Amino acid sequence: MLLILLGVLILHVIILILLIVSTAASAWSVADNSAKDLWYKCLTNNRGYHCQPSSNEDWIQAVQALMILSVLFCFFSLIAFLYQLFRLVKGGRFFFTAIFQILASVFVMCGAIIYTVMRPNDGIHTNFGYAYVLAWVAFPMCLISGLIYIVLRKKE
Amino acid sequence: MLTFLALTSVALLGIVPEQSQAIAIYTGWERHALVGSDIRLSCSFFSWRWTSEDVTFSWTYRPDGSRDSISIFHYTGGAAYVDNKGPFRDRLEFVGNPGRRDGSILLKNLELNDNGTFTCDAKNPPDIVGRPSSVRLLVFEKVPIQAGVITGAIIGVVLGLLVLIVVIYYLMRFLVARRVFSLSVSKHGKKKKEGSQQRQGPVPPADPSKVKAATSEKKKQESRKDKK
Repeated sequence: MLLILLGVLILHVIILILLIVSTAASAWSVADNSAKDLWYKCLTNNRGYHCQPSSNEDWIQAVQALMILSVLFCFFSLIAFLYQLFRLVKGGRFFFTAIFQILASVFVMCGAIIYTVMRPNDGIHTNFGYAYVLAWVAFPMCLISGLIYIVLRKKE
Repeated sequence: MLTFLALTSVALLGIVPEQSQAIAIYTGWERHALVGSDIRLSCSFFSWRWTSEDVTFSWTYRPDGSRDSISIFHYTGGAAYVDNKGPFRDRLEFVGNPGRRDGSILLKNLELNDNGTFTCDAKNPPDIVGRPSSVRLLVFEKVPIQAGVITGAIIGVVLGLLVLIVVIYYLMRFLVARRVFSLSVSKHGKKKKEGSQQRQGPVPPADPSKVKAATSEKKKQESRKDKK
């Protein structure tokens, strides 16, 4: 039992770290010498490394908001998990934790979908960077973790 | 106190040497406007001298991407001369008050070609040494949304909904628990009355109505307490 709890907790922390790295790292769209993320677009040319703020379009702000919300909800669900671990009655289910975790996964999904559809398209050889991939990886992990919390019961 | 302030100001005016007295001109830094709207470009100055009658204001315009500037407005000798040949003919109006050191102009019916830098130069003889000040005009088809407005709005709405749901949840739990408590109290009161009546002996059959009246009175009292 303790092993299962520990495993679930470690999974949760890993998801939180993935979400934070994905939100903050500057690698959502990469080209040969430029990297773009939700906040800045940086260019490396013969004059050095320049960054300027990302465009103020509506969809980038929506993606920013959704990623931040997903990080917040994952963090809230971690706190709710720790709280319910010590306060829940015997045999109870971790509903609050599950709800927050599933909401976090929904937000990551929405953010990643919006970015996929409206991706900034200046340059032919731009690929998706690792931060974008991390967002897509975090989404099913978050969903599975939420479902585990629905099924999990507190024993002993 | 007032005399002290007056003395210090007179002393400062006397101490400050003539060469460092310069006229300081203030305009905005950047102005944003929509196509077709009007905008007022303000210009005022600070000078140690009183406003003279020969005060002059002049505005020049340099389009974006060009290196030449043209003069579009001049106020001198108490009369204002607006542009009647250049890009702003019939669109420029003087709305300033030179007596109050205000040399603002009004540009009407803006076009996309009006993007550029407007420079205001004011002179207050004999205080003529100064640096002209420039304001940049940006004309948009639609006003762009500032960074972070939508982000903040989405985050605020979602967190607000979360707090609202939690509050409503706890409120419902509290109300339901209270209703259960009041029902159990009234049932307990009923049982007590019935027990005491049985001990008294045979009673007229008008009792059920009396008991009902008593419980309804109790409920009324509790609802009054709830409303309070």
